[in-house]
Amino acid sequence: MKINWFYFSSPPRFYALAGRLSPLFFALALLLTTLGLYLGFFVAPTDFQQGEGYRIIFVHVPVSWMSMFIYLVIAFWSAMGLVMKTRISMVMAQALVPTGALFTFLSLWTGALWGKPMWGAWWVWDARLTSELILLFLYLALMALRAAIDDERRADRACALFALVGVVNVPVIYFSVKWWNTLHQGASVSLTRAPSMASTMLFGMLVMALAAWAYTIATSLKRARTLLLEREGDSEWARRQFAGDAR
Amino acid sequence: MHPQRKKRLLLVVAALAVIGIASALILNAFRSNLVFFHTPTEVATKQVATDRTLRIGGLVVPGSIERSAGGLQVSFAVSDKVHSVPVRYQGILPDLFNEGKGTVVQGVLGADGVFQASQVLAKHDENYMPPEAADALERAGQTVVQP
Repeated sequence: MKINWFYFSSPPRFYALAGRLSPLFFALALLLTTLGLYLGFFVAPTDFQQGEGYRIIFVHVPVSWMSMFIYLVIAFWSAMGLVMKTRISMVMAQALVPTGALFTFLSLWTGALWGKPMWGAWWVWDARLTSELILLFLYLALMALRAAIDDERRADRACALFALVGVVNVPVIYFSVKWWNTLHQGASVSLTRAPSMASTMLFGMLVMALAAWAYTIATSLKRARTLLLEREGDSEWARRQFAGDAR
Repeated sequence: MHPQRKKRLLLVVAALAVIGIASALILNAFRSNLVFFHTPTEVATKQVATDRTLRIGGLVVPGSIERSAGGLQVSFAVSDKVHSVPVRYQGILPDLFNEGKGTVVQGVLGADGVFQASQVLAKHDENYMPPEAADALERAGQTVVQP
């Protein structure tokens, strides 16, 4: 059987699929967040060094992972949009930006709250923190660039190019703690070696990471639907959609 | 794949490669300026300019912390296990600051070779475990602190 890779790049099909999946992932996000926060705040043991204060890790690490990963996904959809000229790719790239900016902001904010009691400073200009701040500026710039160009197709192309250029920042953030001396500690969880944290702590963190994934999928699909209607409100399928809703 | 798409894909991949290589070269050129702190060895062997404000990072030498009676004045030594730098500081230390633990101090190196710190930060590692596990590791003779 031959898979049709472009099946869901048809706007009406995508619109229907996103409408079905979005509430599902919202429910999943709620469930996983409740479970993850419960594990993190009540089940996971106290840390030998940082006491109870380390528990902000259950928010900080998942949102930081997500902030970087969303940018990679935006870059992927941007490349797809440029190469394949599929409209849905550009819509997805646009829909993910606000969620990415939100997670980056949360990452910086929870990091500051964690840094003050443990390191003794809200903020330091080390490579990890500075490159994450640049990531926030990249997200904000993507939104500003989009808003500055009236023509949709030109805005799509400009934002896609910008997103692709900015993607070099993601490995810099991730490997900054390895490449340079930083105040920020190294990675506790990586693909190349065993995680350096107790298993209950790790489990809680992974559940929170899945919750962040579910939330991202839910919000971006919902936003993509709205964007799609905004762009193609006059088309035949959108008219039929609304005629159907009105009945 | 459609030839037009193939061409555009190649363009995108080539552009990414060029940007990636350019950034790698730039970051490599700025390598020494991107570090947050220098090591005591770099200071002792004069690899860094010590006539201006700098940061030194390392472990607090066990047994080196001396507090002045009733004051906030504290002195200790920062070491990377090869060289160590004596540090003087007046102020409140972060909770995680302790002997044998990581720290980053910011200030100027005095003419007497003592580092006058204006800020002391604690640097913790990426290990998280319950206290019992840390005790067990310590009894087993393994250190949980990584420099």
